[in-house]
Amino acid sequence: MSLDSKVPTGPLGEKWSSHKMGSKLINPANKRKFKIIVVGSGLAGGSAAATLSELGYQVDCFCYQDSPRRAHSIAAQGGINAAKNYQNDGDSVFRLFYDTIKGGDFRSREANVHRLAEVSTEIIDQCVAQGVPFAREYGGLLDNRSFGGAQVKRTFYARGQTGQQLLIGCYQALSKEIAKGGVKMHSRTEMLDLVVVDGHAKGIIVRNLVTGEITSHAADAVILATGGYGNVFYLSTNAMGCNVMAAFRAHKRGAYIANPCYTQIHPTCIPVSGDYQSKLTLMSESLRNDGRIWVPKSKEDAAAIRDGRKSASDIDEDSRDYYLERKYPSFGNLCPRDIASRAAKECCDEGRGVATTGLGVFLDFKDAIDRDGEDAIRARYGNLFQMYEKISGDNPYLQPMKIYPAVHYTMGGLWVDYNLMSNLPGLHVLGEANFSDHGANRLGASALMQGLADGYFVIPSTIAVYLSTQKAGAVTTAHPEFKRAKNEVRDRLKALIEIKGDRSVDSFHRELGLLIWDKCGMARDRDGLEEALKRIPAIRDEFWTNVRIPGSVNGLNVELEKAGRVADFIDFAEVLCHDALNREESCGGHFRSEHQFVESDSEVQDGTTQTGEARRHDDQFQYVAAWEHTAPGTPPVLHKEELVFEEVKPSIRSYK
Amino acid sequence: MSLLNLTLKVWRQDNPSDSGRIETYEAKEIPTSASFLEMIDIVNERLIKDGHDPIHFDHDCREGICGMCSMTINGVPHSKERGTTTCQLHMRKFSDGETIYIEPFRAKAFPVIKDLVTDRSSFDRIIGAGGFISVRTGSAPDAHAVPVPKPDADAAFDAAACIGCGACVATCKNASAMLFVSAKASHLNHLPQGQVEKDQRTLSMVRQMDAEGFGNCTNQYECEAVCPKEISVQHIAKLNRDYLAASAREGVS
Repeated sequence: MSLDSKVPTGPLGEKWSSHKMGSKLINPANKRKFKIIVVGSGLAGGSAAATLSELGYQVDCFCYQDSPRRAHSIAAQGGINAAKNYQNDGDSVFRLFYDTIKGGDFRSREANVHRLAEVSTEIIDQCVAQGVPFAREYGGLLDNRSFGGAQVKRTFYARGQTGQQLLIGCYQALSKEIAKGGVKMHSRTEMLDLVVVDGHAKGIIVRNLVTGEITSHAADAVILATGGYGNVFYLSTNAMGCNVMAAFRAHKRGAYIANPCYTQIHPTCIPVSGDYQSKLTLMSESLRNDGRIWVPKSKEDAAAIRDGRKSASDIDEDSRDYYLERKYPSFGNLCPRDIASRAAKECCDEGRGVATTGLGVFLDFKDAIDRDGEDAIRARYGNLFQMYEKISGDNPYLQPMKIYPAVHYTMGGLWVDYNLMSNLPGLHVLGEANFSDHGANRLGASALMQGLADGYFVIPSTIAVYLSTQKAGAVTTAHPEFKRAKNEVRDRLKALIEIKGDRSVDSFHRELGLLIWDKCGMARDRDGLEEALKRIPAIRDEFWTNVRIPGSVNGLNVELEKAGRVADFIDFAEVLCHDALNREESCGGHFRSEHQFVESDSEVQDGTTQTGEARRHDDQFQYVAAWEHTAPGTPPVLHKEELVFEEVKPSIRSYK
Repeated sequence: MSLLNLTLKVWRQDNPSDSGRIETYEAKEIPTSASFLEMIDIVNERLIKDGHDPIHFDHDCREGICGMCSMTINGVPHSKERGTTTCQLHMRKFSDGETIYIEPFRAKAFPVIKDLVTDRSSFDRIIGAGGFISVRTGSAPDAHAVPVPKPDADAAFDAAACIGCGACVATCKNASAMLFVSAKASHLNHLPQGQVEKDQRTLSMVRQMDAEGFGNCTNQYECEAVCPKEISVQHIAKLNRDYLAASAREGVS
């Protein structure tokens, strides 16, 4: 199958409007005949379901939580970017586009990113009209801040709860449509398979998590907005339920997974405290504006801190290594997420970590408090300090915080074309679940923007491109493919519950996560990835012979739910490692230790970049790697979509 | 790291029609740095190992924002710690040898599904009845077309911080949902964008709340005390004013 991105022709700035003009429409009388399934109710799925219903389509929306308002978009703290230029500081659609392409390390599609920047302004209008309480100035106008190292103030925010406020706005719009009857909401319902009829995605098989009932749902098109796969690492900042099942089921039915090796590690999270740890908590990146990151210069001091024999205040200035300030004098503690994360890992690998597990570095506010006073720091970060104290039990006004990087966001996902349709006709993928807009690395405050752009403004228009080729209601659940898929789902659940082994689902998830974090985490190399690919099949074999799931397939059974998700994480992990192994370069969130700048490189000599920076190989890898599922146990097949840069010229990034 | 040995008294209920019972479990060697839900994870791991059904409970984000976790701990929803969700509670707040009672959020409008898992879809229906501003996607004016005075924006935000967990209902002796309903009404009724539908919103949400079987408010303010986002009961006062005005206008129109 060829990968046609379907990017419209014409100048970059006119592609989206001319595409909309050139696309077929569906008249209002016909819209109500088309049924669309939306899986996921976060910013992307919720906004898509609400908007498609407003347009007149019949929508069935599914989520595993008890209410669509719980989706994990809710946890985003920082903000949402938009090229409004309300600050008159030189922002524009083109500048947001350019920053996003560059931030993605030149591994995303120009046309998609430009469209994202174009619709960003409409998102803010829409959210304000819905009543989203963004921060305002005394004149009553919206406030903006600079975020994630951007040189303009384009981030709109609602205290530290921007994701919550945007999601609740979206949930309210969705609730309005549910009450009107345009959307049929199925909460506590999980998609267990995709149904493909004559090569087109025409429905899903779901399990009611309360009753255990398996049902089939047919539609004219299917939309997946099911988030990212960060929980393949077991510990991440994702919610406990976040999983890759819907996307992976689609993959097994023919949809390609693109660029899974692009995973984002966030440098400022609260470190792991023990084996029982179930998730990691992100502390807003804004803390790096005033906090100084350091570890002791000597391993002995670090060991003494770990054992409780010394505390941070016992280490005098000369014995501290403010390693980011040392290595990156101009950006210092504000250097990009991946650089800050890898630097922390290096210090801890050298034995200079300060948390009890050895995996943690100090984030110290002492100088900021001495300079600006405790009240000023409290005004800036009070809620974050409070959150830290709740979790760690330490008072960060008196002792430096301890932080460590954690998996936060995944840029890869199901491959989609310009219309957000996967290679499988009828299957559309939105938000974090697709691969399309962030390239190899996502900028701060861009995830919320992409989810809402896809759901509110892109899919409502582009889905008609597909639907206009279809006869409404042509496929029903009476089709034999539905029966076949439903039986396969039943057999799989039965197989899981009948294993009756000795180990809990979580123990397998933890084992897999540790392996992937170790071999395919912040830094990867060929040996490690090959070892991971050897060990994953062994984990899978043991899982399918030794997992223990109490209870039955009927009724609420959380262990059974988790088992299905972990089974898919195991298989997905192989695709992830294959992709990381194939990509013999470093870019954005994918760092291959073999591919970094060294002292002898001319780019380092002439000051273009510095040693240890990610080294891309544009001549060989300027493409999207889209993986096709083959048979279980055999490697996936690579398909390439070459990336063409017409407007921007890929360059080497430098933060020295 | 110090370890705790605790006795748990946990509500177990197989399904909505089961009458339910308190079961006793020993929670051994619990690290004080574990969260409350991680303590339950440890207990569940052992239950599974011993061939028992694990304790079912709702949870998802585990960082205090999704609103899914919902345990009544020693008689208080989300525990006696102020401004905390169950998932944000850590075991260092307990002492060795303690007995902890764990029950679901109880209310007629929150039927138990299993163990500590309840059905709070009544909250979704209240939002569907009027907890929104009707604005079709794409029809919004420029975000700066309507300035919002900062005090109004801040008041709206304070109300909008609600995570919809239902602790306010679970702690109320009348199982009233007034704090939840008033928070949403107050959020939207404070904003210029919310004025057009204000009366309809207020009336519809309150009527839906009554239809769902929530009780009346008798001003005990326990809701504010347990609210993990510390939402003020002043929003209830505003809702009462808005409701009175809307009813009067409805009566004369």
